[in-house]
Amino acid sequence: MSKEIELPELGATGLLRYSWRQLTSMRTALILLLMLGVAAIPGSLIPQRDQNPMKVREYFSDSPTLAQWMDRVSLFDVYGSPWFSAIYILLFISLIGCVLPRSVEHFHAARALPPKTPKNLDRMEFHSTWNAQGDEIERAYVLLKAKRFRILRENNAISAEKGFTRETGNLFFHLSLILILIGVGFGSLFGMRGDAIVNVGERFINVPTTYDSLKFGKLLNEKALPPFVITVDNFVAKYNTLTNAPEDYTLNVSVIDKPGAPSVKKTVKVNSPLRFGSTNVYLQANGYSPIVTIRDRVGNVALQGPVPFLPQDGNLRSIGAIKVPDADPQIGFVATFLPTQARDSVQGGISVFPEALDPKMLFSIWRGDLGLNTGIPQSVYRIDTSKMERIGLESLKPGESFSYEGGSITFEGYVPWVNLQVVRDPGKNYALLGGIVAILGLLASLFTRRRRIWIRISDSGKVEVAGLAKNAAPGLEVEIAKLVSLLKGEK
Amino acid sequence: MSQTWAYISNYSIYSAMAVFTLSFFAHAYETAWAVRAPQSADSTDGNLITKTLDYTRTEKAARIATAMMILGFILLFAGVIARGISAHRVPWGNMYEFSITGALAFTGAYLAALRKYDLRWLGLLVSIAVLLTLGTAVAVLYRPSAPLVPALKSTWLVIHVSAAIISGGVFLLANVIAGAYLYLDSMERKGPRAVWAQRLPSLEVLDQLSYRLVAFVFPLWTFAVIAGAIWAESAWGRYWGWDPKETWAFITWVAYAAYLHARVTIGWRGRRAAWLCLFAGSTFLFNYIYVNIYGTGKHTYSGL
Repeated sequence: MSKEIELPELGATGLLRYSWRQLTSMRTALILLLMLGVAAIPGSLIPQRDQNPMKVREYFSDSPTLAQWMDRVSLFDVYGSPWFSAIYILLFISLIGCVLPRSVEHFHAARALPPKTPKNLDRMEFHSTWNAQGDEIERAYVLLKAKRFRILRENNAISAEKGFTRETGNLFFHLSLILILIGVGFGSLFGMRGDAIVNVGERFINVPTTYDSLKFGKLLNEKALPPFVITVDNFVAKYNTLTNAPEDYTLNVSVIDKPGAPSVKKTVKVNSPLRFGSTNVYLQANGYSPIVTIRDRVGNVALQGPVPFLPQDGNLRSIGAIKVPDADPQIGFVATFLPTQARDSVQGGISVFPEALDPKMLFSIWRGDLGLNTGIPQSVYRIDTSKMERIGLESLKPGESFSYEGGSITFEGYVPWVNLQVVRDPGKNYALLGGIVAILGLLASLFTRRRRIWIRISDSGKVEVAGLAKNAAPGLEVEIAKLVSLLKGEK
Repeated sequence: MSQTWAYISNYSIYSAMAVFTLSFFAHAYETAWAVRAPQSADSTDGNLITKTLDYTRTEKAARIATAMMILGFILLFAGVIARGISAHRVPWGNMYEFSITGALAFTGAYLAALRKYDLRWLGLLVSIAVLLTLGTAVAVLYRPSAPLVPALKSTWLVIHVSAAIISGGVFLLANVIAGAYLYLDSMERKGPRAVWAQRLPSLEVLDQLSYRLVAFVFPLWTFAVIAGAIWAESAWGRYWGWDPKETWAFITWVAYAAYLHARVTIGWRGRRAAWLCLFAGSTFLFNYIYVNIYGTGKHTYSGL
């Protein structure tokens, strides 16, 4: 550092003012905008925890060191990461700092009259002149007023301006982006999202304990759950017999809005959720729950009912676990449910169609410690068999039973289950409003032209017309030519 | 019955490809044969061969080229409609259908722009691009006509996807023009334009044209993204979830927003603007090709 150059003292306020100007400059906003685009890329290439937790776990098991480093810089949670947030928060501060002063300025400018007619109109664009008849100013005033120009009348001249909508639209577009961000923030603070698997025939009561997973926004608690009850009456899935792809899901439910209210029949489809105010209930997934009865040595029922299994492929080959913790020693079944069973020489038991046309359940029986008392949360679809021994391997069709050492299992049949996703997002209407205003603002700002037109009758009795297009947009030449021909009285 | 319509669709698309090929050759003939070498013998020795452009003698070829382009558009239109009838729905349920409908939108955008500007010079590039798109669609992406999965059964399919396809068609047209700008610009930096390129519009016109196309279609793209969000809210339980397709649609939006700002506010013109335009267009293509085929997430409708 050279000591000879003396910089003026900025001081704390000066430095702040300097930083603020830098942040709210157009160049910075543009760089931040591009940075936001670039920062969004890794999240689309690397699996994200929110969307694909299984893939993230694969990263951790395949290369733990790398995955840990990636996790440290939030590469598995890009859109909630500090660096991503930093970019968009800076961008929005920059946007606000840019748009608000401009809005105030525009508000004043829009109410002011256009500036006076310049002295030398012949230096302006599209200048034309002819001998006056005398009433040109008056007629021009009427014509321009009809086209909703804002007009300043002078002694022998008119200064007219139009196209403020351009800046208005531009400002509304940018303000609407802020509204969208407010909507997103509001939704995440006061929102909730939960999933529950419900067997056909069962009830879903909207309290925290009935959920399989449940997440609340930072400023919302469980008391906010609306007290509705949904009974799943039936579920019909239709599949294409050529491609096996689903064609239609229809879920029929009976809904009680609040305690004491009458039960109402409703139909839920993939694109039409149940709506309770700002809380929606979606049909998000479906599968099968085999119904089993498990008896102990002497024939007493140890467990009975449907057990939800997790689909593994498009033909709904599903895996699950049946746990009998009360047996001594404990018993567990590691099972696969095949809706339409077939055998494959490589994979073994497979399903060849998602509908239950020829169902079968394959399972292995394990005896020992299910590990339920360790305090570590366990998946209901899996069994940790490390402290167990396998005592049998069997496959059953509906109605069949199998006896093993210490008890028996009967495969009674199956019911479908549906995954109800309950989502509360009170911010989405703000975001929607923001989106609509954004489009309208864009249209207004991209398709209107700001321009000025002047008409003057000079002392020598000549009419002069000229104009100025602010955004180098075309069309003013034609507009002025039309005006001139009207004023001249040409047809 | 629906099988018959599927066949009609396929044959219409093959015919459209044949006609686009003819259009391509006619455009190529026009571009090449308009260049006239001097006839007289004395000017052929030495370096003083001055070639001239003579479009009167290729006018017929130019007319045939455009006529073939229109005929191809009609056949492609018939093919797309027949595909829709065969499946009892809008013809954009998988990537094959996105591609044929996208090619239709692209050709349509070109023909619409042709009514206003003399863009016949661009026909060569347009016919190549359409042939490549249709060729890939028929050879690689083809899937038998089939009904939709439940999530796609919505009015928003018509609104969201058509807006996205039209935007894509126009973005690509803007890209082709920005590409032409860069090519001609580097040609002009070395000296006067080659003879065949002399009829092509001035750099300024190209620069303005690609900007106009982007400015015209940017609100539609914004609408496509918002319509997608509204649909996602009713089908997937959230209006925005950073699904790879959504992310790249956002990146494309950001890139074009930056392009518009760079032009309108900072005043970028010429090469820098053209490069930014190409970059923005490439994010759209990446979304279409890479995310459709290799991406995971909820927008996996390519049928591949």
